[in-house]
Amino acid sequence: MGEFVIKMPDVGEGVAEAELVEWHCKVGDPVREDMVLAAVMTDKATVEIPSPVTGTVLWLGAEIGDTVAVKAPLVRIQVAGEGGEAEAVPMAETVTIAPSSPQRGEDARRADEGDSPPPLGQSFTSSDSAGHLLPAGEKGSRAALDTLAKPLASPAVRLRAQEGGIDLRQVPGTGPAGRITHDDIDQFLTRGVQPQPAATGLARKTTVEEIKVTGLRRRISEKMVLATSRIPHITYVEEIDVTDLEDLRATMNASRKPDQTKLTILPFLMRALVKTVGEQPGVNATFDDDAGIISRHGAVHIGIATQTPAGLTVPVVRHAEARGVWDCATEVVRLAEAARTGSALREELSGSTITITSLGAMGGIATTPIINHPEVAIVGVNKIMTRPVWDGSQFIPRKMMNLSSSFDHRVVDGWDAATFVQRIKALLETPALIFIES
Amino acid sequence: MPMKEIVCKLLVIGAGPGGYICAIRAGQLGVDTVIVEAVKAGGTCLNIGCIPSKALIHAAEEFEKINHMANAKSPLGISVEAPKLDLAKTVAWKDGIVGRLNSGVLGLLRKAKVKIVHGRARFRDGKTVEVETETGTQVIRAETVVIATGSEPVELPFLPFGGPVISSTEALSLKTVPQKLVVVGGGYIGLELGTAFAKLGAQVTVVEATQQILPQYDAELVRPVAKRLGELGIRVLTGAKAKGLSDEGVALLIETAEGEEQRLPADKILVTVGRKPRTEGWGLDELDLDRAGKFLRIDDRCRTSMRGVHAIGDITGEPMLAHRAMAQGEMVAEIVAGKKRTWDKRCIPAVCFTDPEIVTAGLSPDEARAQGYEIRVGLFPFNANGRAMTMLSEDGFVRIVARADSNLVLGVQAVGTGVSELSSAFALAIEMGARLEDIAATIHAHPTRSEGFQEAALKALGHALHI
Repeated sequence: MGEFVIKMPDVGEGVAEAELVEWHCKVGDPVREDMVLAAVMTDKATVEIPSPVTGTVLWLGAEIGDTVAVKAPLVRIQVAGEGGEAEAVPMAETVTIAPSSPQRGEDARRADEGDSPPPLGQSFTSSDSAGHLLPAGEKGSRAALDTLAKPLASPAVRLRAQEGGIDLRQVPGTGPAGRITHDDIDQFLTRGVQPQPAATGLARKTTVEEIKVTGLRRRISEKMVLATSRIPHITYVEEIDVTDLEDLRATMNASRKPDQTKLTILPFLMRALVKTVGEQPGVNATFDDDAGIISRHGAVHIGIATQTPAGLTVPVVRHAEARGVWDCATEVVRLAEAARTGSALREELSGSTITITSLGAMGGIATTPIINHPEVAIVGVNKIMTRPVWDGSQFIPRKMMNLSSSFDHRVVDGWDAATFVQRIKALLETPALIFIES
Repeated sequence: MPMKEIVCKLLVIGAGPGGYICAIRAGQLGVDTVIVEAVKAGGTCLNIGCIPSKALIHAAEEFEKINHMANAKSPLGISVEAPKLDLAKTVAWKDGIVGRLNSGVLGLLRKAKVKIVHGRARFRDGKTVEVETETGTQVIRAETVVIATGSEPVELPFLPFGGPVISSTEALSLKTVPQKLVVVGGGYIGLELGTAFAKLGAQVTVVEATQQILPQYDAELVRPVAKRLGELGIRVLTGAKAKGLSDEGVALLIETAEGEEQRLPADKILVTVGRKPRTEGWGLDELDLDRAGKFLRIDDRCRTSMRGVHAIGDITGEPMLAHRAMAQGEMVAEIVAGKKRTWDKRCIPAVCFTDPEIVTAGLSPDEARAQGYEIRVGLFPFNANGRAMTMLSEDGFVRIVARADSNLVLGVQAVGTGVSELSSAFALAIEMGARLEDIAATIHAHPTRSEGFQEAALKALGHALHI
């Protein structure tokens, strides 16, 4: 024969102790598994303590009215075989809605339109099987909270939900008065848990959607890992005053017909890049780190990072060194469209020697661009903002834009990176220089 | 020699409406099922309750109708000779119906391959019962046991059954109509039977301790019934307490609402002060199941506090109605067969077969308000209903209770001749989650009393057509 100790269970709600309100057994009583031994009460609920074992009561740990700490021994039971101990698992929760806190009832009703709310200001223990509320003096069933949450649905819909293990409280009803229809269950099953309409309050979402990483997303993923794992990035952020460039751009665009491509910042930046890499060929390069060879390219094939419905792609404006701003502009638009519609050719999506990434108005203040491996530099365009700039005697509004550029620090030193960006800055701030033959 | 033990998956104790439905459904689902019945298949409902009382009520109605015509009071222009009644023959007819249904239930059980054991069951433990059969003690072991032992009439300690004091059971098998009948308890059983005997010629007095007959219904619903009781010459004493039999046993002593002692001469005293769960005589003590008041405590799957022991029907609480027990029995059978089921019914309709009949489904206006609902109520009186006029019974109404915000129907009540048949429409509307508009927009056949349901919905919506 062994001894089994039942301890005060954690009754939840962060309470550390509960009041013993009822003993259903006394010393010497035989008890069966699942038989209720005692009832304890917190400030919110009365919880019954069932016996996890069959045996004979040896000892009771408290008198009615005593406050018992959670995990303190409550009952000792003599059992056949080896003893043990366990924290009791509370069985029937009898919720009491105190007259002083009608809030609970209000909330419960709001959370469940179309249901029978509990009587306000009354206390009840539970529903009987007929769904009738029993007076507090009578013991109720285990499903104490069921009456608080009866969704509105026809019997056939309810049966289908029970058989399919669907909690109808989670299914938004589109029928009259929020009735849940068969279609709603279909929708629920195909789409998973939907956020509840605001009127019914907040609901937990427990669904996990698994998406297999395939196609372009897998290629993006592999490319990013390759770039970040192999390339030690250095990112350099500089601000550029583009007021003059914007004026020039506006002037140049003013004479364009509606069907003609208009200039963005991008073609000017591309031309500035071409001009700069002529002086700094180490930036317009690819690095085959396995072979230990840096290839400096005469051609400037500029990759333009482009968002498509399937994900990020980098179409390439080939031979930017041989294109003027208008040509660059037209080619960027054509390639971006081709990339978005998936009609870009393979060679149009590969072979770049340096890359520009721009999110336009979404460009933020600074970014940390990831280099398009095996290139060694990427130039990121941030958004243009009008900011106050001190001109030596006063603040004046200027159109300012940051460039966030990353370099492969293995082959581009910080000094060279800074020089490169400063040169671009000089060109963009005095855009006439872009067009001067060197 | 001891009988061979029966081992089965499901054992149902009691073949009343809950028990036999449970067993039939379990049998249909291929569950190896045994049912034990101590008296007769069909339980209280079939043998001494719903069915025989309705037979008697019907006979009484017919008799009263003809009597009415014989008194040359009928505006229908029919006159007949005064009818004669042979109550023994009426009772025999009623017994014939009961007999047919008895064998029908047994046939259905057999068809579902349920083994029937006749005798009184007694629990040995949660899995084992002993049944005292005619041929000896039969031990049955089962994985799951369903307790469906039902209920029995409450006896008043100062007015024990016996002699002139009878319960509803004896009232249904009287050989002659008592000249003076006193009914103690003005609930639905007392009024149904009291009305029937009044129609059969008895001088009936109803003694009710509370201030209103049919205390579970609101005054509006009860009014047409009270009016009709008066027309039938039934004396109703509310606020009056039965005290006991007079010494010579031919009168009931009562204390009236005014505190006076009164002596009500009676040939028979019918005590209908409620029913109590049958918790004794089958070894409940061996199981020590949790109670909910007098009843067994169950959860939303009809599970008791002991694993593998379910309970259904009257033993599990109010409302003590056959159709509730049947629905519970069906659910438990499906659970035992491995299906996922919980009790999710929205309403249990109830019918009171008084004259006129009362039907309730869902919440009454008072109940709805007490639960915190803002409601709109639509009431359509049968005196505006063509069919009611042609049937010479215009008393009563249909009343519908709906949420004011969504027009969701919360309850429907009706009182009137034949309204019991409307109970299915009322319950269906509530189970389906109907709104007032759903009922208002459904074509109800003309001319029927059911139009009252549609009109009540229209009334609640503010545009009734016939009032």
